[in-house]
Amino acid sequence: MGNTAERYKAGVIPYAKMGYWDADYQPKETDVIALFRVTPQEGVDSIEAAAAIAGESSTATWTVVWTDRLTACDLYRAKAYRVDPVPNTGPGTKTEQQYFACIAYDLDLFEEGSIANLTASIIGNVFGFKAVKALRLEDMRIPVAYLKTFQGPATGIVVERERLDKFGRPLLGATTKPKLGLSGRNYGRVVYEALKGGLDFVKDDENINSQPFMHWRDRFLYCMEAVNKAAAATGEVKGHYLNVTAGTMEDMYERADFAKSLGSVIVMIDLVIGYTAIQSMAKWARKNDVILHLHRAGNSTYSRQKNHGMNFRVICKWMRMAGVDHIHAGTVVGKLEGDPLMIKGFYDTLRETHTAQSLENGLFFDQDWASLKKVMPVASGGIHAGQMHQLIHYLGEDVVLQFGGGTIGHPMGIQAGATANRVALEAVIQARNEGVDIWNEGPQVLEKAAKWCAPLKAALETWKDISFNYTSTDTADFVPTATASV
Amino acid sequence: MTTQKGTRITQGQFSFLPDLTDAQITAQIAYALKRGYAINIEYTDDPHPRNTYWEMFGMPMFDLKDPAGILMEINNCRKTFPKHYVRVTGFDSSRGWETPRMSFIVNRPPSEPGFALMRQEGPGRNVQYTLSSYAARRPEGERY
Repeated sequence: MGNTAERYKAGVIPYAKMGYWDADYQPKETDVIALFRVTPQEGVDSIEAAAAIAGESSTATWTVVWTDRLTACDLYRAKAYRVDPVPNTGPGTKTEQQYFACIAYDLDLFEEGSIANLTASIIGNVFGFKAVKALRLEDMRIPVAYLKTFQGPATGIVVERERLDKFGRPLLGATTKPKLGLSGRNYGRVVYEALKGGLDFVKDDENINSQPFMHWRDRFLYCMEAVNKAAAATGEVKGHYLNVTAGTMEDMYERADFAKSLGSVIVMIDLVIGYTAIQSMAKWARKNDVILHLHRAGNSTYSRQKNHGMNFRVICKWMRMAGVDHIHAGTVVGKLEGDPLMIKGFYDTLRETHTAQSLENGLFFDQDWASLKKVMPVASGGIHAGQMHQLIHYLGEDVVLQFGGGTIGHPMGIQAGATANRVALEAVIQARNEGVDIWNEGPQVLEKAAKWCAPLKAALETWKDISFNYTSTDTADFVPTATASV
Repeated sequence: MTTQKGTRITQGQFSFLPDLTDAQITAQIAYALKRGYAINIEYTDDPHPRNTYWEMFGMPMFDLKDPAGILMEINNCRKTFPKHYVRVTGFDSSRGWETPRMSFIVNRPPSEPGFALMRQEGPGRNVQYTLSSYAARRPEGERY
């Protein structure tokens, strides 16, 4: 830094020169590290852009302030320490030049146990900053010391399975359709049929709260009648994700308490309620022995485009810290965005106790999850029984597979749709365990089961040609063979 | 309608499939052993979904690595309790799990009367539900 008096002379100096760039910086074990994808404005140097992001997401303002000298300002300054060009961007490609910038933040910049505080820095002002044309938060390394200040998932995969008494296979669900308009009585009919037919869970959709056509208490009462009747018919634990999303925390607590009093094993919330509300509901869920499902309503507004916003894997990390038990994380084969390699990165982030750096899966850092419980990913949107082998191949067995249209749209009715899915699921798991190559021989496994299961036969015929083969927008920057490093 | 006739309790991994043959059970055991799971055999005549602790047919077989030997134990259990539910679980002791990773039924009573759903009506249309197994209304051992 040279002469300190010179450094703090009133005026404007480049961020890199203010101490927000340090090429020699070695991140500490306790640092929070963020990796941004930066598209600098014309004429802005990549290192200056990275330093500016470090500055604006920590202590800096646009001009020198003498009050820095009242603090241990070197510690509080975030440090950009590494900038690399993003492969396949810049001159000669279709994409303007982008850079990956690594920025380290000292642990003392953040309040313990607060996603709101963490995000107010990392995705606060900085995303509107003029020096960058676009900015995307790609990944974060959260130190163990910080993770230990978070509750984490209220229940976790292990305890959820023990409570439900369901092991060794994906759980099966469906979202009640139509999303809007059913009365409580009609709505509960769909829930009952689907659960009795073989599903483990039925789900409210994200925008079912308490509208004129069906108020929440009515829905809860009819759904619990359906859940209990189906449990009696099958001898299994059944559940319905009662959406408690509402306009205020008070309303959400009231709805969640009512769900609990009716014996529901699970409630749900939407991502749009905000990080603090999610953390509050996670604490409520832990305290009340209720599983907490999160619908990621709203995420695609900022997670889908590659140059700006944030990657969904960061949402996965924050939600594991915030404490949800379920989160929708992609299907690969269904109707919603999802590149297989990227989805693997999301699923690993939610379910593993430790994830190693894996650039092809979009994981930029080693991450130790410090005994935070595992989140159950949910695969939902445009999937059907005929894809069962592909779903299990990509997603494994610790996942909730949700077939909404693929259950309710079955030609023989909702129960038959549910049975088709359950038989397909059990047949493919059995075959996989027996050593069958389900990726290649899955269709034959399903055909064989369809010989004795008429609902499965009908499902395979109805949806045999349905697939959603669109190119993903959010894909890896690194192919498995690449030697590029960040 | 479903393909099910009457009541069939559908707990476990494979209850929607036809009952597993000995060869199919052996294949599942081989899979569990390959994954390092310890096999446990349990039986009950009270299949209430919240009846977590079925009786253990001996200790979990931590050290038995031979699927044929395990199948023999399963058949011993089925012979001793032909009208009980018998389930096989695979227990994973690795860090981060330490829980069953597999569970499937290998024996069930010849007829399964199922559960009554009792409703206790409270204020505000609030109903408290209780499942009651028809069979479990008789004493243990005389239920099926």
